[in-house]
Amino acid sequence: MQTNRQLILRRALKEIKDGMYVNLGIGMPTLIADLIPASIQVMLQSENGLLGIGPYPKAEEVDPDLINAGKETVTIKPGGCYFDSAESFSMIRGGHIDLAILGGMEVSGSGDLANWMIPGKMVKGMGGAMDLVQGAKRVIVIMDHVNKYGESKVKQKCSLPLTGSQVVHSLITDLAVFQFADGKMKLVELQEGASLEEVRSKTEADYLIDDTLLLNR
Amino acid sequence: MNKVISSAEEAVSTIQDGSTLIVGGFGLCGIPENLIRGLCESGVRDLTVVSNNCGVDDWGLGLLLENRQIRKMIASYIGENKRFEQQFLRGEIEVELVPQGTLAERIRAGGAGIPAFYTATGVGTEVAKDKEHQLFNGRTYILEKAITGDFALVKAWKADSLGNLVYRKTARNFNPLAAAAGKVTIAEVEELVAPGCLDPDHIHTPGVFVQQVLAGGHFQKRIERLMTARV
Repeated sequence: MQTNRQLILRRALKEIKDGMYVNLGIGMPTLIADLIPASIQVMLQSENGLLGIGPYPKAEEVDPDLINAGKETVTIKPGGCYFDSAESFSMIRGGHIDLAILGGMEVSGSGDLANWMIPGKMVKGMGGAMDLVQGAKRVIVIMDHVNKYGESKVKQKCSLPLTGSQVVHSLITDLAVFQFADGKMKLVELQEGASLEEVRSKTEADYLIDDTLLLNR
Repeated sequence: MNKVISSAEEAVSTIQDGSTLIVGGFGLCGIPENLIRGLCESGVRDLTVVSNNCGVDDWGLGLLLENRQIRKMIASYIGENKRFEQQFLRGEIEVELVPQGTLAERIRAGGAGIPAFYTATGVGTEVAKDKEHQLFNGRTYILEKAITGDFALVKAWKADSLGNLVYRKTARNFNPLAAAAGKVTIAEVEELVAPGCLDPDHIHTPGVFVQQVLAGGHFQKRIERLMTARV
């Protein structure tokens, strides 16, 4: 039996294809890096100015001048490079990054994402998330389907301040995979162990269901 | 044209109350730690500070927060600093949160003499509030204004006495942008070399952008999140 997190990460991994330039967000998305098999060659971008993130360093390799966007010490892969923050966001805003995988607090049925602020609590800031959702060729959000109180995080309309409006291409949760097109959300896959009924009861947003899921019932 | 100065105290001596400072660094990586300590000691107040982050509670720009020397902070992410939260919630400090790419480009534009630019970043969010919207090729963009500073404080790896700068690894980050956007730019460096010793092809910031070079400081280079490979 896989944990919710493993279900999400392993499904997200399938979206990473050979030859891609990918930005993995801080937190859960960063964990995907460790799962990428050697047979898939990708360049991971870190928005603080690094293309070609390598694994965490050995103790004797730790360099305070070499960190990722989560401020963790990292290494650089052979063929990687460094650049300044303006050039980094030229890559992102200019549409040169194939895929961004980000965490989410809420996603709406029209593909809005909220993941940077909870009013009344501490405002941490959006960092590079608003640039990534506008600039990456494809934006995938990974998150738990419900919050710790069992409430749906897949909302009819986001209640939290938005990171971007109609910016999500795919949503991967511990229960299901959704795709977004023309402001509509479609259920395209069920995660292992999930049923259409469970997804329906835990999803606040309206959504379409892909024919293949209905036929295979 | 020798721009070398010998002490942080001298470097920050012309920075006055109410100045706007653009400060390089990402987290604690590539921050001008000697100049920040110099500002702490000078006691200058009511600063507007433009920097991606605001340090941590006891290091980097967090030291200026502790001394209540910052009036306004313009940043993209301030989540590492509890003191910031307290001052923000008590209304003691003004905060403008800017998306990281927009912040970088606003500083770049400031240094490049471009007063404003359009970007899709922030469209449909709080960031777009009260900003001019414009349609280009069927997509909506918002107008963002350039940032310049009375001073820019940057950290480089190597410099020559003419102010040509070379950065190291991800300690580059906002530093080259900041360097170009300060009316007076002060660079603190780990190693000072004679003119001609830096390969002209490898210079990141041409000396024309830099007014003062501070060499000989001690660097702690604190690590925010030490991660090592599982053996």
